[in-house]
Amino acid sequence: MKEISQMNNPYHDEKVIDACSIFGVMDTSGRRFSGEGVIRAIANMHLRSNGLGGGFAIYGLYPEYAELYAFHIMYLSRQGKRQTEAFLKERFDLVCDEEIPTRPIPAIVAPPLLWRYFLEVGQHRPQGQSDDDYVVEQVMDINTKLQDAFVFSSGKDMGVFKGVGYPEEIADYFCLEKYQAYLWTAHGRFPTNTPGWWGGAHPFSILDWTVIHNGEISSYGINRRYLEQFGYHCTMQTDTEVVAYAVDLLMRKHGLPIEIVAKILAPSFWTDIERRPSGEQRLLRTLRQVYGSLLLNGPFTVIIAHQGEMIGLTDRIRLRPLTVGVRGDMLYLSSEESAIRLVCPDLERSWIPMGGEPIVGRLKQPLKSQSLVTAREKAQDAD
Amino acid sequence: MGKNNTKGTGQVVKIDASGLFYRELNAQLKELVANGVGKVELRNVYGQRYIGTDLDRPVDIEIFGVPGNDLGAFMSGPRIIVYGNAQDGCGNTMNDGEIIVHGHAGDIIGLSARGGKIFVRDDVGYRAGIHMKEYKDRKPVLVIGGSAQDFLGEYMAGGILILLGLNLGKREYLKANFIGTGMHGGVIYLRGNVRDYQLGKEVGAAELGEKDHQILRELVGKFASHFDYDAEEILRHKFTKLFPRWLRPYGRLYAY
Repeated sequence: MKEISQMNNPYHDEKVIDACSIFGVMDTSGRRFSGEGVIRAIANMHLRSNGLGGGFAIYGLYPEYAELYAFHIMYLSRQGKRQTEAFLKERFDLVCDEEIPTRPIPAIVAPPLLWRYFLEVGQHRPQGQSDDDYVVEQVMDINTKLQDAFVFSSGKDMGVFKGVGYPEEIADYFCLEKYQAYLWTAHGRFPTNTPGWWGGAHPFSILDWTVIHNGEISSYGINRRYLEQFGYHCTMQTDTEVVAYAVDLLMRKHGLPIEIVAKILAPSFWTDIERRPSGEQRLLRTLRQVYGSLLLNGPFTVIIAHQGEMIGLTDRIRLRPLTVGVRGDMLYLSSEESAIRLVCPDLERSWIPMGGEPIVGRLKQPLKSQSLVTAREKAQDAD
Repeated sequence: MGKNNTKGTGQVVKIDASGLFYRELNAQLKELVANGVGKVELRNVYGQRYIGTDLDRPVDIEIFGVPGNDLGAFMSGPRIIVYGNAQDGCGNTMNDGEIIVHGHAGDIIGLSARGGKIFVRDDVGYRAGIHMKEYKDRKPVLVIGGSAQDFLGEYMAGGILILLGLNLGKREYLKANFIGTGMHGGVIYLRGNVRDYQLGKEVGAAELGEKDHQILRELVGKFASHFDYDAEEILRHKFTKLFPRWLRPYGRLYAY
């Protein structure tokens, strides 16, 4: 564990004011670009984190292996690696593997062993099960049953890189400036209630779903128990993990679009629902009844990403900040506008969305065609 | 202490804030102001926090870029003009002076302000004016040209909050819900259409009296001159006045 007071409080203030930092950028045309700007942007919000966690999710990362599941695994011991590799060879066709390239820097202390594997499900899965479901099961098995091994990235053509340190240090450590991608999210952590360890850094992920988060999910216990019924097991000791599994369940397995999912994670107040037209009322009530256990209580801003989509969402009374910027095909989401302007001074538009209203960037869909007016505003103006 | 719009007579100093840590920037400002500089121009500002904090005399500070959170926190006297957008916590516990934002501002603008004036040309985020307070002739003023998000004037204990809604159409309604929730002092003036359910339980709505019109003429006049609007045009529209129904709305909450 790092000495927090030394790192974070060089002026010996009585009180240190922090919050997490989040940043996301997507080129909706699909053009891949280097992470240099993302790293500068998240570093600009250095003060929001305290060196106990930084991480990145990167999409369009492994085009040469785009059809293979890319597992990033952290090992706390050699024994863990041996066991896990035996497990992987039994459950998958292992196409290739390598140590994740890193460069030693003084800021990163005692990193785990970091390895990546490109895997094919092939004939391993049982009849009737999808590849994705099979992979989720194997990730849960490794994370809950094997000692000293944690899968922290398991999607196709994407990857999560994270650890204990400031985000710009993590980027330096993982040589992220060398990668190209069309969608990047970045997180600087200020741990609140849970330990600052390598697995606890953001993003949290399952398959290609990733989540970075600023806030505290006080409904964690209820959410976790609900998700366990569907085979998701929380092992990273951090509240944000439930959001990653919730979006995998709701969006991939239940096939719901983000506009509906937003009404589950950050539902309208009952008093708001009462003012809607009857059809919409029925929908909103049904969502609250069916998925009540996935309501995220407490303050949050999250950036959710998966292949082809980046989503910004805050809690319904916006207890954590989110600013949106747009220029051409580029969509920016950030805790602070200054970080966006630093890397894109000539934004066409920047604004602060209403709480609970998702901001969505989709591949090959021009941002201009999306309505920038929120649903509630439309409802209020219509009647 | 002079009036907050008094121009300093000293020299103009320009600072390139690129890569400058906020502590360093604020230390420089403090020294300059102590030496009687009349105007400081800050270029390339990207998120430095607390700009103008702890300054206690009239000086013009022009900011080009995006100043960081808690702009003008605790300041007492300077006039800060932002050519760009402001982030969260702008004017936190400000005592005197002026903040003029040629753009939008984030959440909790004017929180706990005890004096001074804040003018924002465009929109503001959640909880604008939360817990502003007043004492005798010390009255903070917050004028918002665009729209506000929810909980405008939450727990307001004093001061004057004006929401103009200039970017809304004639038939549109103000965007905020829970306006004035927990309000127990001060006054809010809303320009534009608002429904009863958008108001918090603790506020009442009233027609404007002559004294209210006087206040609006003065403050909307200032707003219009900062941002080059026609004050008469703005004032022709209907305003609603919100007042606290009780001075201690929660006085009995924990008394049993």
